[in-house]
Amino acid sequence: MRTHDANLSLTLLAVLVVAVSFAMPAAAQNPQQGAPASGVYAIKGGKVFTLAGAPIENGTVVFRDGKIAAVGANIPAPDGARVIDASGLQVYPGMFDAATQIGLVEVGAVKATVDTVETGPFNPDVTAATAFNADSAHVDVTRAAGITEILTVPGSLGGRGGASSIIGGNASAVDLGGWNINDMVIRRHTAMELTWPSISTRSFDFTTFSVRNMPFDQAKKQYQQKVDQLSDLFDKARHYAQAMQSGSTGFARDLKLEALAPVVEGKEPLLVIASSERDIRNAVAFCEQQKVHMILGGAEEGWKTTDLLKKDSIPVIIGPILSMQQAEDDPYDADYAMPGQLYAAGVKIAFGSFNASFSRRLPQYAGTAVGYGLPHDEALKAVTVNAAQMLGLDDLGTIEAGKVANIVVTDGDLLELRTHVKYLFIKGQETSLENKQRELYERYRERPEPKKP
Amino acid sequence: MRLVMANFMRMRAARFFTAVTLAMLVSPLTAVAQNDAQDTSGAMLIKNAMVITITHGRIEHGSILIRDGKVAEVGTTVDAPADAKVIDASGMYVMPGIIDCHTHIAIDGDVNEGSISVSSMANIKDVLDPYDVNIYHELAGGVVIGNVLHGSANPIGGQTIVIKMKYGARPGDLPFPGALPGIKFALGENVKHSNFGGPIPRYPETRMGVEETIRDAFTRAREYQQEWAEYNRRKAAGEQNLIPPRRNVQLEPLVEVLEGKRYIHCHSYVSDEILMLMRVAKEFGFKVRTFQHVLEGYKVADEMAANDIGGSTFSDWWAYKMEAYDAIPYNMALMEKRGVIVSVNSDDPEEARHLNQEAAKSMRYGNLTENQALRLVTLNPAIQLGIDNHAGSIEPGKDADLVIYNRDPLSVYAVVQKTIIDGHVYFDREADISRRAGLAKEKQELLEKQKIAAKAAPKTEAEKNKKEEKKPHGKAKKHEKPQQPELADAMSGGAR
Repeated sequence: MRTHDANLSLTLLAVLVVAVSFAMPAAAQNPQQGAPASGVYAIKGGKVFTLAGAPIENGTVVFRDGKIAAVGANIPAPDGARVIDASGLQVYPGMFDAATQIGLVEVGAVKATVDTVETGPFNPDVTAATAFNADSAHVDVTRAAGITEILTVPGSLGGRGGASSIIGGNASAVDLGGWNINDMVIRRHTAMELTWPSISTRSFDFTTFSVRNMPFDQAKKQYQQKVDQLSDLFDKARHYAQAMQSGSTGFARDLKLEALAPVVEGKEPLLVIASSERDIRNAVAFCEQQKVHMILGGAEEGWKTTDLLKKDSIPVIIGPILSMQQAEDDPYDADYAMPGQLYAAGVKIAFGSFNASFSRRLPQYAGTAVGYGLPHDEALKAVTVNAAQMLGLDDLGTIEAGKVANIVVTDGDLLELRTHVKYLFIKGQETSLENKQRELYERYRERPEPKKP
Repeated sequence: MRLVMANFMRMRAARFFTAVTLAMLVSPLTAVAQNDAQDTSGAMLIKNAMVITITHGRIEHGSILIRDGKVAEVGTTVDAPADAKVIDASGMYVMPGIIDCHTHIAIDGDVNEGSISVSSMANIKDVLDPYDVNIYHELAGGVVIGNVLHGSANPIGGQTIVIKMKYGARPGDLPFPGALPGIKFALGENVKHSNFGGPIPRYPETRMGVEETIRDAFTRAREYQQEWAEYNRRKAAGEQNLIPPRRNVQLEPLVEVLEGKRYIHCHSYVSDEILMLMRVAKEFGFKVRTFQHVLEGYKVADEMAANDIGGSTFSDWWAYKMEAYDAIPYNMALMEKRGVIVSVNSDDPEEARHLNQEAAKSMRYGNLTENQALRLVTLNPAIQLGIDNHAGSIEPGKDADLVIYNRDPLSVYAVVQKTIIDGHVYFDREADISRRAGLAKEKQELLEKQKIAAKAAPKTEAEKNKKEEKKPHGKAKKHEKPQQPELADAMSGGAR
């Protein structure tokens, strides 16, 4: 929590930066703008989707010092509040990208800008927030699409990070408004990333620039070795945690085991990235055996395992569903239909982009799922509150008194492609929608038209 | 998962395992044939639909009469024969089938001839694969026509072809009749191998070298053209015993470009390379038809418009490589507003399935109108491909290439219900869904048979290994958008 003084000075700074930015079009991001001296806002007259009950027509949302103070149909704006007229607009909780690489990747092909995967298969001790680039252009661009919080995930993220890491490290929950990671971090150790090893008979060899084949037996053996190592590591971590608990002192510190201790104790969820049915079933069996708190990520073939996911109450962070089905003979719409099927089976779902530059497609993923069977209100929850609940961040994701005031105001359905974000609030501060792309647009829109011959 | 090599692997995996295994047996090919059989009367009536004509507004409760594969009549009332097959599209939206100006599907084998910088002799037409299941996937996304291109490994890539998505037709029946042939050019990071590279470096390695590669090719093409012109002149003058110039299959397509008989579709990203090709085109007197991807097209839109060059771009892709860092989703709208003919393309079999959604983003980013947005995937790509007399809008006389959605196609919630090419239903969502249980059962039975056969067969150690290797690949690996698309691209498939 920020103190009153800190808040005031931040406000002054924000005003100053906003003023200066007119003179400097390419100024660094000025995430916060126009904050009232009282720290109180009232958004009036919009249709409020609280996601904690039915939408409120002509509703008012009041927030103070970063927290929602009141929401309802007949609530007066407090004195000194900055009033936002949301007549004809819609008010939603800000969206939560439940798995992304924002802050860790700037330009995918430029290695110097990529901080996703550490060397070696097991890195439970590293933490995404450490490498988070608060000045990344992705932060501003993504925020302008109405996304206010993210889970930024290290590791190979199911191959997306481009290396053969197994445990990638601690994924960090971060909000997208602030001057540096200290302002923005919600929880450094939110979930532990684990990309489930696959039995892979083919690989690409860069030295010979050709595909290498491996007999199935050998590939399976390699897979089993990885799983054995993984089991061994978790067993060690459990013993290590017991030793720490017991207060014994006669053992050497091991930072990797120490980092895994909250996972084996069930305090930090294990975000297991798996896509094929076989991998999902194997991963679930492993987590059951290890008695860890599993969240399944990616889950392209999750629709083939709904029974299991339901039985074991495993929540799923669904990967980008604008994706081709795993097998040619699966239904063509398998990926599009899966969120609806999982929901119908009673599985808790959230959407993740599993990427940095596609994070802003989050509402498109959810909207597509609606077309193929997911109820609209559940799709809204799957891009907001469901992720917060899965990750144990209970003060995020709905518009209710006491929650963090991360709010987006739009001119239409949050999931629709043509909808514009009109206002954005993060931790109760109005937050800029400017970004690199908008700025380039404005600049080239003003390019003088050529003289017609 | 989304490995960099996914594309590469897919090509091989698909060839090795899929074409010859169960997938063929459970493919939707049979359904296409059934649908075809129903339409033989020659007339089809789609009625009670919201008809989005593109050229003449929207018609509420509109009807479309199709005869002999062409649109015969459009309006609130049409004069349909009694035996016309009727599709009641109450509450539905009909628009022209989507045209994808940049695709790499339906290619049998690798998409790049990566050995040399000028591979203009390579021709996509020779390797069309009408059984690529991605054709069916595109149909399920409302795509009816695709511009099939080589990848972007080379400054001059190869000859391209415009196809109709006639899944399961003979290879010779895929090409769009009368469409002018094209040729793929490419500039920037992929051709200079910035993000990957084999053990041996290759010229060009800079954008300067790319320009010279293209200038050198056209210098040779012009000389070759003159050689033939001289030969033909002397032959026409009656000279005897002349020896014709040796045919050069590399330069022939470039002569066609010089003579305006072949369109250039040029993969490009940054503004300087876009200006470069316009300069080279002027020097040699040829035309560029479209810049593809053209993510910085908004910076040089006036120059593109002045040279009458189209822009075929992505909706919101950016930052996957350095030359895509200044990409903006406003590109579609900015180019459009400066007078460029703009389309939005897929470059990817999955992205192609929701080009209607991608087009809709131009309303959010740059405030294009509904019709302008839909033109990005219909009439505009038709113009870019020179087929707008036949495709891209719903008008009498044009090909009956249509897509029926359950909602406004600019909505994220819209789902394709039927896709029609030349008056034949090539995709029907209801039929697809109703086939699934039967196909699953058939697959299971075949798998059981395979198991029994495998048990019965005598095993050598080598055979045992081979069989087990295939087991996990009873299905083909999916095609995926790699994290760094340009890598997979240049080595295998796409051309981002």
